[in-house]
Amino acid sequence: MKHQVKPALSPTRSSPFTDGLKAAVPIAIGYIPIGITFGLLARSAGIPNYIAVMMSFIIFAGASQFVGINLIALGTSFWEIVLTTFILNLRHLLMSASLSQKVVPGSSKGILALLSFGITDETFSVASFREEAQLKPEFLMGLNLLAFSAWNVGTWMGVFLAAGLPEAIKTSMGIALYVMFIGLLVPSCRRSKATLFIALLAMAVHGLLQYTPSLDFLSIGLKIVITTIITALIGAIIFPEEEQV
Amino acid sequence: MGKLWLLVLIMGLVTYIPRMLPLTLLNNMQLPRFLNSFLRFVPFAALGALIFPGILSSTGNINSALVGGAISLLLAFRRVNITLVVFGGILGAYLGGMLW
Repeated sequence: MKHQVKPALSPTRSSPFTDGLKAAVPIAIGYIPIGITFGLLARSAGIPNYIAVMMSFIIFAGASQFVGINLIALGTSFWEIVLTTFILNLRHLLMSASLSQKVVPGSSKGILALLSFGITDETFSVASFREEAQLKPEFLMGLNLLAFSAWNVGTWMGVFLAAGLPEAIKTSMGIALYVMFIGLLVPSCRRSKATLFIALLAMAVHGLLQYTPSLDFLSIGLKIVITTIITALIGAIIFPEEEQV
Repeated sequence: MGKLWLLVLIMGLVTYIPRMLPLTLLNNMQLPRFLNSFLRFVPFAALGALIFPGILSSTGNINSALVGGAISLLLAFRRVNITLVVFGGILGAYLGGMLW
């Protein structure tokens, strides 16, 4: 957190809610095309329109929704789909726990319960990498609101307009959220060797889990959870005193 | 499959619970030092795992993904605003896909 002033992100000028909306812009850019893809895919899988729209509104988790329509289309049993969804999203347990220490302590439980609905890989990442030592609930409200809106608008576009973007643009936009993660991670890695080490270690561990054929029985969601736990544990052991972000 | 709406509701519920419990229960708690240290490494570990190897298959063409990834890395290193990092990555992926 050294002497790195970023005027554009300075929280002093605008309200935390507006800051949250602004911070969600790169997420929104990524969510709209993926939402469109989801809507299109749901249609082509024969999922009724209102179900696809309802999924984005109630579940609000890309991976679960994509896997969900896939399993529905395959005729997988009800509880198997529920179990898969649950496992896929276990990583949010870790993210939510991590975020709990970044939000102003003593925030209203009701507000926190509402805000937690908006925890995704992307909102969590943007929130965690903020330079403020503590996040106000209003900030998360703005962040989640724009991310949620973009996801739902994208879904409607895919479901009801059914056309969306030209194919070449859409496939290129598939990289949007990944490069957003790079954009979040790199500045922290420049500041802290521990961060760089942990991020690279996580890539190596996850790569190993993904490319080891005998581990195919583990779902992607579980592999991410296992990688995160192992790597963060190693971080806590090697760098117990490290002050990050 | 009947009762799709019920399935969606329950999927929503099992997605919501892991998101909700830790944030609401732990926010007001002073956690042990080691656990705190662990939780502070979670974002970096999770991001590393989310980026790799997923990025390689994100555009359906590994060359396109590599070009997009390289351009965004370069921009991020130069501390460019994150929205521009995202656009740079998309543009790189687009051009990479056209050229190869």
